[in-house]
Amino acid sequence: MIQGGVAAVQVDRVWKYFGDYPAVRELTFQVEAGSCLALLGRNGAGKTTLLRMIAGLSQPSEGDVRLLGKSVRDSAARASIGLLGHGIGVYEELSAFENLRHFGKLFGIEKPDDAASRWLERVNLAQVRDSPVREFSRGMRQRLAVARTFLHDPGVLLLDEPFTSLDDRAIALLQSLLAEALSRGATVVMSTHQLREAMELATHAALLVRGKLGYFGARPVEMLEDPGWLYRQYGEA
Amino acid sequence: MFFRQSLAVAMKDLRSELRTKESLNSAFAFSAVILVLFSFVVDVGDSEILYSMSGGVLWMTFLFSGALILNRSFAREQQNDCLDALLASPLSGSALWFGKALANFVLLLAVQAFSLPLFGALYNLSWARSPGWLLAVSVLGAWGISVVGTMFSALTVNLRLRELMLPTLIYPMLIPLLMGAIRLTTILISGEPIAGDDWIWLRLLVGFDIIFTSLALLLVEVVLLG
Repeated sequence: MIQGGVAAVQVDRVWKYFGDYPAVRELTFQVEAGSCLALLGRNGAGKTTLLRMIAGLSQPSEGDVRLLGKSVRDSAARASIGLLGHGIGVYEELSAFENLRHFGKLFGIEKPDDAASRWLERVNLAQVRDSPVREFSRGMRQRLAVARTFLHDPGVLLLDEPFTSLDDRAIALLQSLLAEALSRGATVVMSTHQLREAMELATHAALLVRGKLGYFGARPVEMLEDPGWLYRQYGEA
Repeated sequence: MFFRQSLAVAMKDLRSELRTKESLNSAFAFSAVILVLFSFVVDVGDSEILYSMSGGVLWMTFLFSGALILNRSFAREQQNDCLDALLASPLSGSALWFGKALANFVLLLAVQAFSLPLFGALYNLSWARSPGWLLAVSVLGAWGISVVGTMFSALTVNLRLRELMLPTLIYPMLIPLLMGAIRLTTILISGEPIAGDDWIWLRLLVGFDIIFTSLALLLVEVVLLG
């Protein structure tokens, strides 16, 4: 458990069953506001299931998840979430600008058109702002998804494998946006297999082993030199 | 905030549909096919029979072609996991449902606007004798179908056989609404006024819409998140 400060994410004795199978087993931890938690684990360890529960997309079978002290289904809590999941979460038949404006309206941004234009500039998509997303390359889609995630200056960023399928420039862009968000006090929880990229930002690490916490605490300094260190120390052989 | 968000969802759905015309084109085509097929079943030379069947033919057409629109409503959100992005936003389940119901309502009215003149032409009937009341019945019926259909579109979105399951689930639920709409439409197309006991059917349509709208607003969050 992270001591002190405000718990931006609070996971309390959470279980998640799919049928009889417990995908997540009695997880309890807190993530302090302003910190970056790298959620690590092999495929099927329960990372995505946990992130979906933190995002309020799935209900825990037992236990409770709170964001900034509120229930995750509270609209004020959800207004603070920036979610970048496996899917890019944008509409193929709408233009990049229309997509961002739509989400800007849903998040109650005062001037959604201005915010959309600003973020399209930021992710280098201003020149194709009126083109439908279905004409975009994979990298362009990913950058648009990044813009959608950061559009409303979220206080809690939930990212599921955010570096997957990004090129070098997009990885650098995402890392700089995350660093910027952390510097203004946002909290980041990201699941990842790309340890080198994640370790540059992570202040804390959690290792999930078959739905249980194998390790939770400050990111070990050994991981900067050897990202696989945590797996060998606390993971399964 | 609720209405602003609902309107944003409705506008997004309508914009998407107008770009692709996926549901509209198939619904228009299907309604034309149904009307043509029914014209072989009934004797178009016998105006008395035609008028007595007009409500039934029209509402079966609206219902069958409307299912194509309703099926796409939440399925549209599956591409790129857009539903997750919506549910993780401050948008409530009820605002999402209401926005989608509004968009479906507009699209169902478009199907009706396409089908009615075609029906008049194919069956050689004058259908616009009481346009005001016919519009009222169309609006009440379309809203009822949209309310129930949008709710069940959310419920069946993750089912493999959702194209089959949605009509199987909604048609029985819509029987009271259809009874009222068919009866009133038959009366109005025949040129008779709504009088006496027939007012009960109009009250039934209004009551159905109010009850199912309220139920959907209350239950949709559970349907979407379990």
